[in-house]
Amino acid sequence: MHSSIGQVVIYVIPAMVLAWFGWLAWRDRRDPANAGRQGFVARNGWPVAGFLVIAVGFWTIFMIVLPLFSMIDLSFRPKLPPPQWGGPKDFYTLDNYRYFLFGSTTSTAAWNVTHLTAFALTILTSIAITALDFVICYPIAYYMAKVARPNRLRLMMLMLIAPYWVNEILRAFAFRILFSSQGIINNVLMASGLIDQPVDFLAADVALYAGLAYAYLLMMMFALYNALDTLDGNLIEAARDLGAPWWHIHAFIAIPHAKPGIASGSTLVFMLTAGSLAAPLVLGGPRSLWFTPIVYDRFYQAFNWQQGAAYALILLVACVVFVLGVLRLFKLGLAEIAR
Amino acid sequence: MTSAVALDHVSIRFGSFTAVDDASLDIAPGEFFSFLGPSGCGKTTLLRTISGFVEPSEGVVRIDGKDMRGIGSNQRPTALIFQNLALFPMMSVAENIVYGLRVRGMGKSERMKVADRLLDLIALPGQGNKRIDELSGGQKQRVAIARALAVEPKVLLLDEPLSALDLKLRQHMRSELKEIQRRVGITFIYITHDQGEALTMSDRIAVMDRGVIQQIGDGRTLYNHPRTAFVASFVGETNILAGKVATAEGELAEVATAHGPLSGANARKLMSGSDAMLFIRPESLRLTAPGAGAIRGTIVGSAFEGHVTHVSLVAADGSKLTVSVNGEAARLVPEPGAEVGLVYRPEEAIILPSEGYAHA
Ligand SMILES: Nc1ncnc2c1ncn2[C@@H]1O[C@H](COP(=O)(O)OP(=O)(O)OP(=O)(O)O)[C@@H](O)[C@H]1O
Ligand SMILES: [Mg+2]
Repeated sequence: MHSSIGQVVIYVIPAMVLAWFGWLAWRDRRDPANAGRQGFVARNGWPVAGFLVIAVGFWTIFMIVLPLFSMIDLSFRPKLPPPQWGGPKDFYTLDNYRYFLFGSTTSTAAWNVTHLTAFALTILTSIAITALDFVICYPIAYYMAKVARPNRLRLMMLMLIAPYWVNEILRAFAFRILFSSQGIINNVLMASGLIDQPVDFLAADVALYAGLAYAYLLMMMFALYNALDTLDGNLIEAARDLGAPWWHIHAFIAIPHAKPGIASGSTLVFMLTAGSLAAPLVLGGPRSLWFTPIVYDRFYQAFNWQQGAAYALILLVACVVFVLGVLRLFKLGLAEIAR
Repeated sequence: MTSAVALDHVSIRFGSFTAVDDASLDIAPGEFFSFLGPSGCGKTTLLRTISGFVEPSEGVVRIDGKDMRGIGSNQRPTALIFQNLALFPMMSVAENIVYGLRVRGMGKSERMKVADRLLDLIALPGQGNKRIDELSGGQKQRVAIARALAVEPKVLLLDEPLSALDLKLRQHMRSELKEIQRRVGITFIYITHDQGEALTMSDRIAVMDRGVIQQIGDGRTLYNHPRTAFVASFVGETNILAGKVATAEGELAEVATAHGPLSGANARKLMSGSDAMLFIRPESLRLTAPGAGAIRGTIVGSAFEGHVTHVSLVAADGSKLTVSVNGEAARLVPEPGAEVGLVYRPEEAIILPSEGYAHA
């Protein structure tokens, strides 16, 4: 293993986080506003309190904090054979990030065009797919939340959820079959005489976009449904009574009300789409380059974990920036989308 | 003169359930008209029909003489104030008030002028930038009224707008509503199950029971000349004595009750032998010596209310009666347990058919 500042940081930061939580709890207890209230332990008993502390602590430290920090640490190191780890050649470097921008030191091109394009396309396509999912989901979610009767609602929920009982990779293959040159869609189009040559949907990335849009549709659907479900029907009627046409009600009553749901749905769909692996691997055409397969290749084809870590972090940072941007756009706090 | 709102044999059914049954009435321009009835009698349904959210199963709604069939709620010259107000929480007070004008495409600066004028009208000047949840209950109430008035409707429809307020505020808002109506001069159609509210504010009242309009008239008429047993018992306090008409001659008739034959005004010209109810207001009854009055009873208690004292009695057959006394007589009320007689002037008692009366 490495032995350097990085290693220290990895173990010191969780300890600091724990200390901070402890301090918060201590301050909370001292707060005069909480005087006379029973403490959490007294209210729920030792077993519950102990389980919570251990479970949450284990989860944050071993599932989130430690892996993330060792990823960050790894991403700033050069690729070395294990015997040299911690040796004189193991020092912090920006090489992996440099590679993302400019390619290998021996290449003649000014920029690492393949990876940069794939990254930009992944981000832009994910934004487009998030928008597409919103457009698809909003009318359905509105119908389910405000129009459908209970029986119809149950049926629609079932029809929406049932396909997701199937594994993600199998679902991607189902799309591949649908869109293949001998697939149902081509057959229908040919039979109806609209085309006389099968269209190569896979090469044109139509299948990829469709598959990606479908993959995380439910996240958007239920985020919107939950938000719209809390919209008081009287507000809709009041707007109509004041003369509002239907689009005005959606634009100025329903959508503003659903803002937190739209924000949480969009961030979820965007993050999952940008980070999805199955659909790009199964549905991507021969030319298409999604960013996640590139990251995957760094790890398992090039066996360059350091570079893979750097690439994964770049994607993560892009996603976080997107989320913060969306929150800014909707003038929302982080806590509100988690409602 | 064309009526502001006319209902022409309007019936509204939900499946096999009839919520409103054959309602016909005319409401004059500028009138303060109330629908009064117990919960579930179809008041809201009727109001939603006038505002266009519900299509009548039969009959026609006319507003300003115009047939409203096929005209949606966003096209009608009515504005509805909802039972829960339904103010838009995502907008400021001023934006709420002028929402209807924004829909109609009025420019922003002009809208803000209207908002200021209406904020003055509802006595909330300069509060247009507040959020809705920063307002008190009474202020929200007034904002809802201003929002409805902003679109200059011909008819303002109010669905129990005061029911969420506490008693003090409710009484204050009654006079305020009446004052606003006087100033804007448009037709108000007001729904309530509170007879005090209906009686104090309305020019005319329609009393409803189980989807049927029982009687339309001003408060005095409904109180003094009810046409059905439901109206007699629902509007104001009264004593109810059931029986059969024994003799009917001229204006008066005699009903055979558990207390013996009692006479009253035969308002509906009932024939002898028909089932009837005799209604006597508590203030029409007077206490007298036992044996002297038409009815005998035992005093069980009395409630002093300042200007009036309500005396409760039990008659020989166990039925309860109430007598209101005031002035000098209030100090002479015998102690509980005393036997008394009750007298009344027959023309102040009223005899009505008991058919269709299910609230006894
Ligand atoms: N959409 C509907 N579908 C079926 N029945 C309905 C519908 N709307 C109202 N009803 C029924 O019609 C009757 C009258 O309802 P309405 O809301 O008009 O009563 P209301 O007089 O306004 O009562 P409240 O004073 O409690 O508001 C009720 O029995 C109600 O259950
Ligand atoms: Mg109602």
